Amino acid sequence: MNTITTDITWFRAAPVEAFPENGGACIKLGNDQIAVFNFTARNEWYACQNLCPHKMQMILSRGIIGDTCGEPKVACPFHKKNFSLTTGENLNGEDYRIKVYPVKVENGEVFVGVGNEISDQW
Amino acid sequence: MDVLVIGNGMAGYKFCEKMLYKSNPHSVRLTVFGEEPRPAYDRVHLSSYFSGTSAEALMLAPAGWYLDNDIDLHTGELVVAIDRERKLVTTQHGKTAAYDKLILATGSAAFVPPIPGTEKDGVFVYRTIEDLEAMTAYAPKARRAAVIGGGLLGLEAAKAVLDLGLEAHVVEFAPRLMPRQLDEAGSRVLQRKLEALGIGIHLGKNTAAIEGETGISRMVFTDGTALEVDMVIISAGIKPRDELAARAGLAVGPRGGIVVDDLLRTSDPDIYAVGECALHKGMVYGLVAPGYEMADVVATNLTGGSKVFTGFDMSTKLKLIGVDVASFGDPFCVSVAHHPVVLEDSVKGVYKRINVSADGRQLLGGILVGEAESYNMLLQTVKNALPLPPAPEDLILGARGRGDGGSSVMRLPDEALICSCEGVSKGTVCRAVAEKDLSDVKGIKACTKAGTGCGGCLPMLSDLLTEALKAQGKTVRKTLCEHFDYTRQELFDLIRVKGIRGYDHLLTEHGKGYGCEICKPAVASMLASIWNEMILRQATIQDTNDRYLANIQRGGTYSVVPRVPGGEITPEKLVTIGQVAQKYGLYCKITGGQRIDLFGARVDQLPGIWEELIAAGFESGHAYGKALRTVKSCVGSTWCRFGVQDSVGFAIEIEERYKGLRAPHKLKSAVSGCVRECAEAQSKDFGIIATEKGWNLYVGGNGGAKPQHALLLAADLDKDTCIRYIDRFLMFYIKTAEPLARTAAWLNKLEGGIDYLRDVVVHDALGIGAQLEQEMQGLVNTYRCEWREVVENPQLRSRFAHFVNTPEPDPTIQFQEDRGQRFPVKW
Repeated sequence: MNTITTDITWFRAAPVEAFPENGGACIKLGNDQIAVFNFTARNEWYACQNLCPHKMQMILSRGIIGDTCGEPKVACPFHKKNFSLTTGENLNGEDYRIKVYPVKVENGEVFVGVGNEISDQW
Repeated sequence: MDVLVIGNGMAGYKFCEKMLYKSNPHSVRLTVFGEEPRPAYDRVHLSSYFSGTSAEALMLAPAGWYLDNDIDLHTGELVVAIDRERKLVTTQHGKTAAYDKLILATGSAAFVPPIPGTEKDGVFVYRTIEDLEAMTAYAPKARRAAVIGGGLLGLEAAKAVLDLGLEAHVVEFAPRLMPRQLDEAGSRVLQRKLEALGIGIHLGKNTAAIEGETGISRMVFTDGTALEVDMVIISAGIKPRDELAARAGLAVGPRGGIVVDDLLRTSDPDIYAVGECALHKGMVYGLVAPGYEMADVVATNLTGGSKVFTGFDMSTKLKLIGVDVASFGDPFCVSVAHHPVVLEDSVKGVYKRINVSADGRQLLGGILVGEAESYNMLLQTVKNALPLPPAPEDLILGARGRGDGGSSVMRLPDEALICSCEGVSKGTVCRAVAEKDLSDVKGIKACTKAGTGCGGCLPMLSDLLTEALKAQGKTVRKTLCEHFDYTRQELFDLIRVKGIRGYDHLLTEHGKGYGCEICKPAVASMLASIWNEMILRQATIQDTNDRYLANIQRGGTYSVVPRVPGGEITPEKLVTIGQVAQKYGLYCKITGGQRIDLFGARVDQLPGIWEELIAAGFESGHAYGKALRTVKSCVGSTWCRFGVQDSVGFAIEIEERYKGLRAPHKLKSAVSGCVRECAEAQSKDFGIIATEKGWNLYVGGNGGAKPQHALLLAADLDKDTCIRYIDRFLMFYIKTAEPLARTAAWLNKLEGGIDYLRDVVVHDALGIGAQLEQEMQGLVNTYRCEWREVVENPQLRSRFAHFVNTPEPDPTIQFQEDRGQRFPVKW
């Protein structure tokens, strides 16, 4: 599920230009790595954990994004595991999932919202 | 009920399978005695043993299958006696077993004609895996081998001889090859084809003796001539194994065979005979399909059903040493009024004959040599007495380009037998496709067993599948993915004709949704193959390897492969590679393609590594791309005492020409300097082998999981012609292949196969040769080293970072040491 709680802290990630159009890049927040996607074609931003839970690789920011029947998704570069960018659910029917985060853009800067309960999860 | 089967060959096995399928669980106890040391195997495809198929792969079912199904299987047990009074059999090891019903599936032995010398060392028969093993063991001592018998099995044996690397001869008593299937004209065409393959054909020869002091040295014929050989394989027909039946007092025919009635009962009503040991209405059937049908008849009757055996059509189609041969219905019509329609093309080596009934309405039978695509349709036309078209010659004038191969299959009645080995009708196949929601031939095989015997009906199954799916309103067009309702070839043409250079443009105009990891790299590949622009201009549609111009490895680091054209490298460049590897702590490994792979580079290190490599004169090796990889070479005439041409020089020229070329899948090549083929060019997408007169060009080879030898496209070419043909071949592949299809898979699916490809590339049958060459030249002219562009472009370079909010590298990357080098930690 989405981790939007009332207790969200917004972290400044990087300027908009740091994120390629219709692609992603990785930011470091403390000891966490978060993949942020500039989904220009949908005029949306998404963020999720950078770790692919399939083989525990820090890689999702380098994945190709797109959609399955309208659901925005990222495909892991290693074994093409697909994850929903809105729910974090694995779309190949496997039972691991990823954390997703809210994103907002203000004055040309991208912010990622992190719920206070998750920071020390990895 | 105790059912005992003597013989674990193909018919015996099929009987067990049918019994399991038809009988109620636990109502029948099956016991099987097999004389051979291993469980039943596929004797029809025996010759594939010599081209690398293992004995295991030939098994009809694994040993565990018998166990799983409670079949009491005894291999290596020859039954020596049947006590019909007490209903008991005894084996040579003294084992006994009782039966209620006894099935004789003892098969046949090779018929060995009474020729002096057949007992000598070096004379073999061709029937069991043990025979093949004995031949294989003897072959290194031999140079020339003759096969006695020019029938179906004899020619299979000749193929085996070729596969063993020996000079092959076929000796046939009759004045023509395959006398039961072919007429004189058909035999002549086949003979020319086989002779062109280097097989000596000797017709009308009656062997008088096989001579030799130690081993054998020659065959002498009754006409006084002789043939020098040091190995002989006898394949002159079969002799039913009826000796056990005869000893038990069962009726056997004067020339062998256990006499059976239409229920396959012998003269003892509790004993049946099936397969090659049975003599039905004066006929012994030496083919697998009638054997299977007999097994089905007995199994049906023993399980409460009712079915009779009424004889069997002897139509057959097979590929003999690469030559299609088929004969169906009544091929000769010796005593039937008919009009033969004959097509003979001595250039292509094709002979087709169909026999039309005197009234012109029915097809009676025919013969096909050299091309047998229409066999299944013709056979069904005979069997179902389908009305002939007004111009019957259309049936044999070749179907290519007419596009009705599929629809004609739908004209067959539902009861038409598609797979005669398993007795599966068209209706059964179509129902399975509809009810079980099947979408491929594999599914049809699994559900109906059709196509699991000789495999001859597979093309027809494929046609049926396509048509059955169409009838359900399902398209069978291979569209790219949910975002593009086009095939790759259609998109390729759209991009070219409309001048589209960006993925977003293509998606907006011709697609829907937002794309995915299938269509983005596929379109990226097409754009690169057409416009050859720097791929990082659209970095986010590239697969990760192309996006970072390196190969991602476990742990998220990348490997780096500089181009080493032809595998030739100076000491100075070797030193540079070593220094760069040392500086960045990279693991080094020599690749299979004569290059050096440097592993363990972090994404942020890649531009620095390449800056140093480029300064030393290296270029990108495109190991990360679906692109030309490497052109391997042997040292050739520059050093090697056997070399006949400069293979290294040509390999470098080829690699320099096609470097950076992007294609539906990776491309590998090699150049060998002589026939010893040390560069293994025949395992490559395109391979070149030097000859005394020039270069032989092979295409469509593959290593990997499904190794495949490349096929000869053209021989003795000069360099320029060779390059022109490669240009045409590669562009034709790039334009027409499906995404991620290697050249081998593409060629396997290409209608008309290598002959058609040769028509296009060598004979320019489509008139597109010049265009293909021109397009390739355009790509060659626009080549630029991608890594040089990145190194020299600060903006592109800045993309090579793990984080965008800190210059730190990924802190989670961990290595461990082993054998003096670094590896990523296991995942």
